[in-house]
Amino acid sequence: MAKEEIRQDTRVSIRTPRARVRGLGVSHHGAGHWWLQRLTAAANVVLMLAFVVIVARMSGRGFVEARALVGSPFVSIVLILAILSVTIHMRLGMQVIIEDYVHAPATKIAAVFANNVYAVVVAVACLYAVLRVGFGQPV
Amino acid sequence: MAPTARPTVAQPLSPHLQIYRWTWTMAMSVVHRITGTALYGGTALVAIWLVALAAGPAAYGWVAGFFGSWLGRLVLFAYTWVLLHHMLGGIRHFVWDAGAGFDRAQRLSLARLTLIGSVSLTVVVWAVALLVR
Repeated sequence: MAKEEIRQDTRVSIRTPRARVRGLGVSHHGAGHWWLQRLTAAANVVLMLAFVVIVARMSGRGFVEARALVGSPFVSIVLILAILSVTIHMRLGMQVIIEDYVHAPATKIAAVFANNVYAVVVAVACLYAVLRVGFGQPV
Repeated sequence: MAPTARPTVAQPLSPHLQIYRWTWTMAMSVVHRITGTALYGGTALVAIWLVALAAGPAAYGWVAGFFGSWLGRLVLFAYTWVLLHHMLGGIRHFVWDAGAGFDRAQRLSLARLTLIGSVSLTVVVWAVALLVR
């Protein structure tokens, strides 16, 4: 029997016919996470290079100068985009690691839950801080 | 419709890391996960830095003091390498997603270039940052 035929034959596959028809895989979400992981990865390349430049330019600055830099419109917008892209990317990445290594259902649900909480807390803290610094700047 | 009789097939388990001889591609794959996890924790540092900036001069002075210290700079240097390594590892994955770079020789050179590239870029970034400042 050819390789392709074996794959089509559900009698020798461990996948049920229903699972095969739904085509959503073990995650029950299909390829949505995979695609978003790539999309944010591409965005991160540009945004993180900009972030490295921003951090390098922050070094040695006092409080007022540092606030002026982070609070300038262009830097604020880049930081907000970076925070969104990075927190989405890291949340998905950590979920993949959890799903690979944590198999007990209760522990897995708890770990994925904690992962979501961490990602949201980091995102909200960073966004609040950047917006507050930005909107607090004199024009 | 009558249910189709399906013989039970035992789900196969694949062996894990300790079974295999270390190779470049395997090492870079493992390092990609480790750097990803490090960056995951590292975002907390970014959050602390930004929140301190929003909180006021006292908090920011404390955080800036840490990152300006010997230990803080070491953390930032390591952070730079981890970030750039994960970035190049991601670009390597994009090459694979496009269906290219799967030959034995290409796999090896991509894995080596990831490490060589990340170390070189880290040195370049710090050299430029220190010179321009």
